[in-house]
Amino acid sequence: MATNPSIQEQLNPRLSYRKKLGSVVYFLLLAAVLVGIVSLIVLLARILFEGIPWLSWHFISDYPSRFPERAGLKSALFGTLWIMGLVAAFTIPIGVGAAVYLEEYSPKNWFSNIIEVNISNLAGVPSIVYGLLGLALFVQWMAIGRTVLAGALTLTLLVLPIIILASREAIRGVPDAYRQAGYALGADQWQVVRRIVLPSALPGILTGTILALSRAIGEAAPVIAISALVYLTFVPTDPLDRFTVLPIQIYTWVSRPQDEFRGLAAAGIIVLLVILLSMNAIAIYLRNKYQQRSRE
Amino acid sequence: MASGDILHPSSGFETAEILATERRKRRRRTKIQGKLVKWFFISCALVSVLTTIGIVVSLIVQAWDFFIEVSVWEFITGTRWTPLLKPQSFGVLPLVVGTLLVSSLAAAVALPVGLATAVYMAEYAPEKLRRIIKPVLEVLAGIPTVVYGYFALTFVTPLLQGVIPNLIVFNALSAGLVMGIMIIPMISSLSEDAMIAVPRSLREAAYALGATKFEVARKVVVPAALSGIVAAFILGISRAIGETMLVTIAAGSTPRMTFNPIEGIQAMTAFIVQLSLGETPHGSLEYNTIFAVGILLFAMTLLMNLLGFWVVRRWRMKY
Repeated sequence: MATNPSIQEQLNPRLSYRKKLGSVVYFLLLAAVLVGIVSLIVLLARILFEGIPWLSWHFISDYPSRFPERAGLKSALFGTLWIMGLVAAFTIPIGVGAAVYLEEYSPKNWFSNIIEVNISNLAGVPSIVYGLLGLALFVQWMAIGRTVLAGALTLTLLVLPIIILASREAIRGVPDAYRQAGYALGADQWQVVRRIVLPSALPGILTGTILALSRAIGEAAPVIAISALVYLTFVPTDPLDRFTVLPIQIYTWVSRPQDEFRGLAAAGIIVLLVILLSMNAIAIYLRNKYQQRSRE
Repeated sequence: MASGDILHPSSGFETAEILATERRKRRRRTKIQGKLVKWFFISCALVSVLTTIGIVVSLIVQAWDFFIEVSVWEFITGTRWTPLLKPQSFGVLPLVVGTLLVSSLAAAVALPVGLATAVYMAEYAPEKLRRIIKPVLEVLAGIPTVVYGYFALTFVTPLLQGVIPNLIVFNALSAGLVMGIMIIPMISSLSEDAMIAVPRSLREAAYALGATKFEVARKVVVPAALSGIVAAFILGISRAIGETMLVTIAAGSTPRMTFNPIEGIQAMTAFIVQLSLGETPHGSLEYNTIFAVGILLFAMTLLMNLLGFWVVRRWRMKY
């Protein structure tokens, strides 16, 4: 290979220009990557800086108040936990069931095609539209009222596409040989699904479930359409109680003009992010463990 | 065989027969069980179809009363949106313009930055760095939008006010910029997937012809992945149009026909939230406006999503 730059230059007079352009572009690309990373760092630093002074035990254990130094987020925290539990109870069976049907049972025909297109479309519907659906369907027509149950059902519909897509991927990752082995032993389809496919796909399904749940508890817009009320001084004790959730509580505090309430909002965000990040950490842990096992 | 009550101490022939019927029964039971389970799975899959039907039906039924009193034409072409003030006026255009203004600001940030991030990740980044950047972007994508709203209102707006002194507190600019940051991860990860799918051989052919790394990226990889990149852009913008809490918190609540980013506006989604939180009685004309706005919002995002899928399907290169 010709390493003499002058010969290269003679063969291609624009080479040094092209190389220089390349390195300029390299730094531009790097700068673009940094936009995202720096934004994240600034955002987190800002929230920690503003919020930590407001964090204390009474902030977790007290109800909201119009006096910032006495305000807490107990009702919102419990509402979020209720939502998490109910959404998990609804989404896991329905989402996994739909994924099993699409991967294991459905013949390739117009029906499965429609369902597939439909699911990817649903993933792109704005969350506030789900809120309007829930408001009309659950709150008014089914007369469930502005309750935890109505909120959980609405959020279930919202996150179903996420869990279906993740579970399908997990199920698709189960080698066909496992299924054949099951059939060879005389198992029918349901037995193969229950005893072979679902156990092997479990880590992937769990990861998808966690991601779906963390999406559900971070949503404010659809829950505002359902619950409307944002000032609550009680904790829901059954699914037909009224409720509020952390993102809504944060929103109420942010929209107050006083600085104290902005501080409370930042503290609320810290609580919400701690919950979300620990859920994500579990998901990443499961994913890594699963990837290692499947490589063996 | 554990069930002793079936085994009568009679002839061996009879016992065998009983065993056989028992086995048949069990087989039938598992068969029925399998069928029931299959129907359960089908109904789970149907939930997603029913959701779509539910969205369309509930929006239309609820908006029906509204469109009896206000004509569709007046709604779509009117330039004044004052449903809660006298004299009432139901022209949705100010809300649409507000939404489009914020979304185009977001696109102006997110499309170049997202694409550049994707090119860097797919073509340049060493494996070690990729393993750091990818989770960071995932965290950025997983942060709830109410947090971005807080960030826009309490950090970016004061920062911008230092540069633009007459910037009011609630403005489209700050919301649009932060929304751009918010959709970077979505655009970069979708575009990156498209670029990674471009086969190595194409890149190597270009290198063999003497192309530099940047030329390979610009003239080979990006054109080959173009359908995926365009789809990522479209889906990102559709996401921006449907985004709610960020614009509710930071962009204001004054519907205004303006393309001036330093003014306050109201986005379609922000209006729905404002009305949901207010005291407006259920079933009133004012209340039903949220479903009319909801239909329009749903139609806009649906069209964009379908366009995105169509672009991928129609223009995808097969290797």
